[in-house]
Amino acid sequence: MEDMTHVDRTMTTQQNIKISAKDVQVYYGNNHAIKDVNVEIEDKTVTAFIGPSGCGKSTFLRCINRMNDTIDVARVTGDIRIDGEDIYDPKVDPVQLRAKVGMVFQKPNPFPKSIYDNVAYGPKIHGLARNKTDLDEIVEKSLRKAALWNEAKDRLDSPGTGLSGGQQQRLCIARAIATAPEVLLMDEPCSALDPIATAQVEELIDELRQSFSVVIVTHSMQQAARVSQKTAFFHLGNLVEYDDTDKIFTNPQDPRTESYISGRIG
Amino acid sequence: MKSSLLVSDARTTKRNKAEARFKAFGLGAIAVAMLALVILLTSVIGNGASSFQQTYITLPVELSADRVDKKGNRDPVEMAKTTTIGYAPVLRDAIVAEVARLGLTTELSDKDLAEMISKEAAATVRDRVLGNPDLVGQTVTFDLLASGRIDGFFKGRVTMESAALDGNTSPDALMIAQAFADAGVMDTKFNWSFFTNPDASVQRPEAAGLGVAILGSLYMMLVVLFLALPIGVASSIYLEEFAPKNRITDVIEVNISNLAAVPSIVYGILGLAIFINFMEFNQSSPLVGGLVLTLMTLPTIIISTRAALKSVPPSIRDAALGVGASKMQSVFHHVLPLAAPGILTGTIIGLAQALGETAPLLLIGMVAFVREYPAAYTPEAGLFGEASTALPVQVFNWTQRSDPAFVERASGAIITLLVFLLIMNAVAIYLRRRFERRW
Repeated sequence: MEDMTHVDRTMTTQQNIKISAKDVQVYYGNNHAIKDVNVEIEDKTVTAFIGPSGCGKSTFLRCINRMNDTIDVARVTGDIRIDGEDIYDPKVDPVQLRAKVGMVFQKPNPFPKSIYDNVAYGPKIHGLARNKTDLDEIVEKSLRKAALWNEAKDRLDSPGTGLSGGQQQRLCIARAIATAPEVLLMDEPCSALDPIATAQVEELIDELRQSFSVVIVTHSMQQAARVSQKTAFFHLGNLVEYDDTDKIFTNPQDPRTESYISGRIG
Repeated sequence: MKSSLLVSDARTTKRNKAEARFKAFGLGAIAVAMLALVILLTSVIGNGASSFQQTYITLPVELSADRVDKKGNRDPVEMAKTTTIGYAPVLRDAIVAEVARLGLTTELSDKDLAEMISKEAAATVRDRVLGNPDLVGQTVTFDLLASGRIDGFFKGRVTMESAALDGNTSPDALMIAQAFADAGVMDTKFNWSFFTNPDASVQRPEAAGLGVAILGSLYMMLVVLFLALPIGVASSIYLEEFAPKNRITDVIEVNISNLAAVPSIVYGILGLAIFINFMEFNQSSPLVGGLVLTLMTLPTIIISTRAALKSVPPSIRDAALGVGASKMQSVFHHVLPLAAPGILTGTIIGLAQALGETAPLLLIGMVAFVREYPAAYTPEAGLFGEASTALPVQVFNWTQRSDPAFVERASGAIITLLVFLLIMNAVAIYLRRRFERRW
């Protein structure tokens, strides 16, 4: 009987785990930036990475879609699996991986092209649309999901760089979800935005949870508390604590977590 | 003690003085530069503007059959046997008749009168007659080049005093020229043939033009554009975006920067050794000239292209990679279009530099005297393989000739070259504005 429960539990866990990382180490040259990180990120959940500046949360985030490959001196060891597949396997093409794992960056970085082309670019290069109608549909759907459609529908041909900061960031989110990813990584998506735009993006993140597994790096603990279900606290390259957001903020197990969320370190 | 804001203290006064001094130095430097530019332009334009005007004499010429078609059968092959020397008496009679018609009296001999017409004129008349044998026997009115000295008289280069000491002309000839001008027979017109004529011998500066030189320079620029732009841009993209950062790429980088500073004549020696002696391309050909200039221009294009690529914000690359573009897609779809204005500017500046380059061309024989227009392609000589000259080399050639008329021509050629450079730079600025995008 006990055995049965055990099996049951692992079964359900395996279904829900989207990303699992084991003993991940990242080195920038001689600098050991990430030390022994083990984490299991669930599907259809918002997971927040918090921690003081330089603690490695962005670095770890960039491991998940192998953006660290573009940095010559960065070296990643350990094991990161998405749906059980090792993404650092030599057979994996990072380009294919990044279509599956979308990313939104800290600073809004729309291409200096029209709003339409910004969103359509990903589907175009991945051949997701067979014709113009398909593409139009994808663009509209993505912009709707990113809560930008109403503002942008009459100016799809005007440059994406002409939008306001918050709109640009939502455009970047639309661009990221247009390729129909399974995981969405967000690296401090609201740090360049004003409170109103931040609120809009946070609302959006909550909606995106229906379709994706969202991982968000944030400096704002309030934001982590507002949008996430799970929170991981990083400190000096270590993953100190990883638990339900409620628990982290109300009853942290590690004294370092407590110090950070009460503002004593950071 | 409290200090007042209304009185500036010693430190502030000193600082303000230093700033004023610095501004004055900067202003002075710019003033010197502008003065030098003004002096240069005044001297070049002062000497060369007149080369765009040319004096012509309008003469009715009697093309009698016993002079130009001795056999009398109007056969161009037979008529070609009469050389330009055979046409000289025809022109001599024409000008003597004109003097008589206008009722002018002169102590000049018929031969001296004939020397008022350019030696080139005989060839002009002969070419017309051979082109249309029906003209024989008629009296045809020609616009003929006046000799260099007469031309100089109307441009103020030759005066009565200087003519008195000159073996090639005389005050009497100038007086006849003035009388011709008063009668409307002699006139100064815009000198289109300066841009179309080939070079001419030392005795006939009035006929010398830039036609062959412009054509040669154009061919070379085409070679440079079609070789240097793709090679330069491709190697910059590789070095900037794809190459691993290691010792080898460092060495390559340093060497490219050094190559940009290598004296251009060294490229000439290299071109002579490789393209002419080893690969046996034709001497004096725009192909070899273009290849040498390509080598010389490549570092300029590579350096400016890399700078342009570097100035594209990394966030754009991240964005492209983030949606799953490959490295090459991110470069060609996003980075390159943003870097295009910088690349174009660098390329055009490199081309402009190549257009004005003289030294390497001297070494590969483009200094030769060429009167035949080079063809872009011939089966024997290949693409751009026919001997040619180039604009800056033409300037070099003309400044070496003793006749003051060639000083005027050389200055005119410099003006032409400067205008071409100005146009190229204007195009560079226009393209930059046109393609520049903000992000």
